[in-house]
Amino acid sequence: MRVPISWLREYAELPAEATPREIARRLIAAGLEVETIDELGADLTGPLVVGRVLAVEELTEFKKPIRYCQVDIGNPEPQNIVCGATNFAEGDLVVVVLPGGVLPGGFEISARKTYGKVSEGMICSERELGMGEGHEGILVLPESSGVPGQDAIELLRLRDDVLDLAITPDRGYTASVRGVAREAATAFGVPFHDPAADVPPAETAESYPASIADPAACSRYVLREVRDLDPAAPSPIWMVRRLQKCGVRSISLAVDITNYLMLELGQPLHAWDRGKLSGPIVVRRAERGERMETLDHVVRDLDPEDVLITDESGPVNIAGVMGGLTTEIDEKSTDIVIEAAHFSPEAIGRTARRHKLHSDSSYRFERGIDHELQRQAAATAVRLLAELGGARIVLGETNLRAPVEAVTITIRADHPDRVAGMSYGRDTVVRRLRDVGCGVSGEDVLTVTPPSWRPDLRDPNDLAEEVIRLEGYENIPAHAPRSVAGRGLTPGQRLRRRVGRALAAAGHVEVLDYPFVSEGDWDSLQLPADDDRRHALRLANPLTGEEPLLRTTLLPGLFRALGRNVGRGFGDVALYEIGLVYRPKRTSSGEAVPPPPRLSVDRGPTAEELAAVEAALPDQPVRVGVVLAGDREPAGWWGTGRPANWADAIEAARVVADEAGVELQVKADRHAPWHPGRCAALLVGDVLVGHAGELHPRVIKAYDLPARTCAMELDLTRVESQAVDVVPAPDITTYPVATQDVALIVPETVPAADVEAALREGVARHGAGELLESIRLFDLYTGEQAGEGNKSLAYTMRFRAADRTLTVEETTGARDAAVAEASERVGAVLRGG
Amino acid sequence: MVVFPVDPIAVFGHWLELFEPMSAPNKSYDPVEVTSLHPDEVARVRADALAAIEAASSLDELKQVRLAHAGDRSPLALANREIGALPPHAKAEAGKRVGGARRDVSEALKRRQAELEDERDQRVLVEEAVDVTLPWDRAPRGARHPLTTIAERMTDVFVSMGFEIAEGPEVEAEWFNFDALNFPPAHPAREMQDTFFVESEESGLVLRTHTSPMQIRALLSRELPVYVVCAGKTFRTDELDATHSPVFHQMEGLVVDEGITMADLRGAIDAFVVGMFGEGLRTRFRPYFFPFTEPSGEVDMECFVCRGASAEPGGEPCRTCRSEGWIELGGCGMVNPRVLIACGVDPERYSGWAFGLGVERTLMFRHGVEDMHDMVEGDVRFTRAFGMEI
Ligand SMILES: [Zn+2]
Repeated sequence: MRVPISWLREYAELPAEATPREIARRLIAAGLEVETIDELGADLTGPLVVGRVLAVEELTEFKKPIRYCQVDIGNPEPQNIVCGATNFAEGDLVVVVLPGGVLPGGFEISARKTYGKVSEGMICSERELGMGEGHEGILVLPESSGVPGQDAIELLRLRDDVLDLAITPDRGYTASVRGVAREAATAFGVPFHDPAADVPPAETAESYPASIADPAACSRYVLREVRDLDPAAPSPIWMVRRLQKCGVRSISLAVDITNYLMLELGQPLHAWDRGKLSGPIVVRRAERGERMETLDHVVRDLDPEDVLITDESGPVNIAGVMGGLTTEIDEKSTDIVIEAAHFSPEAIGRTARRHKLHSDSSYRFERGIDHELQRQAAATAVRLLAELGGARIVLGETNLRAPVEAVTITIRADHPDRVAGMSYGRDTVVRRLRDVGCGVSGEDVLTVTPPSWRPDLRDPNDLAEEVIRLEGYENIPAHAPRSVAGRGLTPGQRLRRRVGRALAAAGHVEVLDYPFVSEGDWDSLQLPADDDRRHALRLANPLTGEEPLLRTTLLPGLFRALGRNVGRGFGDVALYEIGLVYRPKRTSSGEAVPPPPRLSVDRGPTAEELAAVEAALPDQPVRVGVVLAGDREPAGWWGTGRPANWADAIEAARVVADEAGVELQVKADRHAPWHPGRCAALLVGDVLVGHAGELHPRVIKAYDLPARTCAMELDLTRVESQAVDVVPAPDITTYPVATQDVALIVPETVPAADVEAALREGVARHGAGELLESIRLFDLYTGEQAGEGNKSLAYTMRFRAADRTLTVEETTGARDAAVAEASERVGAVLRGG
Repeated sequence: MVVFPVDPIAVFGHWLELFEPMSAPNKSYDPVEVTSLHPDEVARVRADALAAIEAASSLDELKQVRLAHAGDRSPLALANREIGALPPHAKAEAGKRVGGARRDVSEALKRRQAELEDERDQRVLVEEAVDVTLPWDRAPRGARHPLTTIAERMTDVFVSMGFEIAEGPEVEAEWFNFDALNFPPAHPAREMQDTFFVESEESGLVLRTHTSPMQIRALLSRELPVYVVCAGKTFRTDELDATHSPVFHQMEGLVVDEGITMADLRGAIDAFVVGMFGEGLRTRFRPYFFPFTEPSGEVDMECFVCRGASAEPGGEPCRTCRSEGWIELGGCGMVNPRVLIACGVDPERYSGWAFGLGVERTLMFRHGVEDMHDMVEGDVRFTRAFGMEI
């Protein structure tokens, strides 16, 4: 909403010395969102005068038409002016800037020779005067709007300041000069003159016949009529200028008047050509299958919820949103019907959204307009049509009223005190509520009747806000926070932070990707047709049609982030992300779960209701993903680099597991999108928590990633559920360690993890499990000495007792038992043994 | 490894002496008559030793000098052996003389040894010098995303005041995201939050448009009073540009207790500003509108860079606050009693405040991030610049 200060001052007796900045500041303090102040004509200086074109000489020797004009500017001698526009004629009233004048934009005017003539000034266009982006060509003033020599800056109100307000949904009444003027008057403590104060006397006769079929959709419906309007009558300059300053284009007198009153009063009005209406008007909901063409030349399929204005021919308006094409005012319209109504905010809001049709009218209706303004607005409209367009007002008024719910709010007089945390006192509270327009009665308990233009005032806190804002939010004291006994972060919250830090400390860089993916991602990831990760939620209104799904895995986003880094010259990268994935639930029979019930807001939900809502939400576990490409350690003056490999991906998972205090089991697996021979399933106990390894070459190709890119994805929610809460302290013994090295030859296909497990098992069976401090693979060898199809694994086993120095016999015995077990379980042969 | 050789004589010489044979005592013996104990002779031997020690130019030479002048067969050692044979009356004087000389020699040796070791060390350590300016970027640096770390920092200010961190789903039921927060259906306030609908507009599921559904979840799942803070991803159908992103982050705090007022809200925000931006910054409140708070407001804080000076006439321009002097911090208000009712909380007994702000915006003005793309694209250069904490 754009509000010219000059218009504001008409209704609020603001001090003459109050600057636009000061007015804006006070309005902001009162809760109006003033976004900008437009200083129109601030850099404009005269002389700028009205002139009458006396004579036009067409100069034809130039490439474009040039006119040499004699213009009467009230001096004895006419002014000679060269002009390049042709949209004016002898006798027209124009605006002339004389030498010495400066037009907006710092455009200085001097007498100068051009096209072979001396031009003593310039005839101005709207754009040159900063009036608006209206039409090209010279501004021609309506006849009798001024006299030659008159100051045009004053006549056209070229200097003005315009406040641009963003209207919050609760303050629909400030979408009008009337509403803003009321706030400005209150803010300055000066009188306010309500432009709608004069209620027209009741008319006895009916005007155009109408009825309301759905009182829930329309509570007020007023029609007035005029006849014999001069369709050529121009809108007066002052009205055009005000519309322009508010960003509204002048169209015709009848339309301009409806727009002008909407801006002034906040009451949307509609004007029909009476001759195009047929039969009585009915306000009703649309019927199934009904269609109409709106003023914007779009044929719209109407919804049974849409509120319509209809006549015998069918729909003529989508009520409160937009008029229809068939009844539009045109350049021949002389008989006009004016509509002023109050429509249901919800109905208008739904219709505007449904048809994506947001008009100045729907904007105001959906925020709730004054429900006692219709008669004044319609009466003013017909009066202006009569005064400005020579129309004859038809006696009579159609005035339909459905009951409007009467709102009275009871509050304790100290309620605002209790909300704000300071003391205002009853008198201040009552005075401020009356400033707002409320009726107030009572002593310690107040009965408050909000004014008809404030449908947002419903609750005691709404009234408290009015008092507190008018008394100034800035005057609220600050109380030091109470000390409360919080329990700090939960173990899960601490774990997630630790995991992030540990991965970062291990050289991974965190990314935060969008969770939007596409079906194409499932194919790129080589997911089988029945893979559950293809079962994803779909957005009804995705930003791009290409990525309508919500991720069921973190990997596609990580791949894209990796690709961006590689594309920018960072090929050696390790990235990680911690975030949610979304896994839709299914019923036991595999169906989609039913949508959540719509719960009441008049009471707290029951446990059953809450459970039903939760059951409809997808599972949203926290995942950790890692992707690694290029060198894990770069080459340098120290030697060659080390490319990231599958083991780095598994190691990243171990970093996470360590933070959770759980031991990660690694098993060979085949799982998309990993390389089938280089993919590890990661388990904690028996619980599968994720996968890691090198990516499938086809996946690498599909995402255009560096060769041998590796990745890991872990379900942190599952890891968390296995996490160790309290770590038991280990026994630290200072008795000496005894080490035993064994080299075992096993078939190449035997996993190292199985060999190690067998060694441990052998030691345990020997009864020395307690003594085995650690077991570590220190060498892996494949080659001639291991034999074809075999590999040699060399382990160091460290033994230590808590209470004595171990004997050689003890540790040798344990070692032999370990080897025997490995021999039995995985066919291990002691190398060189 | 640098090896500092140990001279065995220096360590063991003293002990070896104990096992040397000595002359038997001789009552008639006069020390002056024993040549080696003659004062002149002792002085000469001492002077010879000191000169040799001084002349030794390496540790090896000094080792020889030590053998010659302080070893078992050195003149002073031999002289010392003669003392035992002296009559008791002569022992003291001779002992004093020889002992003094030996002590002087020993001290000189020690001093010269230290000097020569210093010289040797200096030489060896210089030889072992490396170019410490060689780059060592062998272990690539990782980093946490600044949005993660700043959100933690922001929540931790509240955690330090005793708040707990609440969490919730990102695909959220519309009832939590809108209805329970007093967004009536078809109200323009819903329109203000361009919502991603999941599956369909009627499914009742949305990507949460703000973190405020956590207010409802906290009130439904926790015992009163409730003091919680939450931070997380939020979603709106904004195209990515320099200042917008369809996925962004919010942080908000919620208090519901008995007798909570706007003054408490103000105090909490002031404490937050101190925790995040330091002492002495003013805050200011303006009325605003949120469906879930009533009264509602927006909070500005004094610019922590120019402290308002840029807005004064003639002040230096300030990039952080665009020379406004104030920075828009976030939205806040008193929990709308309708929200309390929807959560089954008695608004006659309890009241509360809520305060929320954008994490991206905070990162932008606190750290001078110019473009939303930088926070979204995952460029390692951007994230590494912030390290592990913020
Ligand atoms: Zn600043």
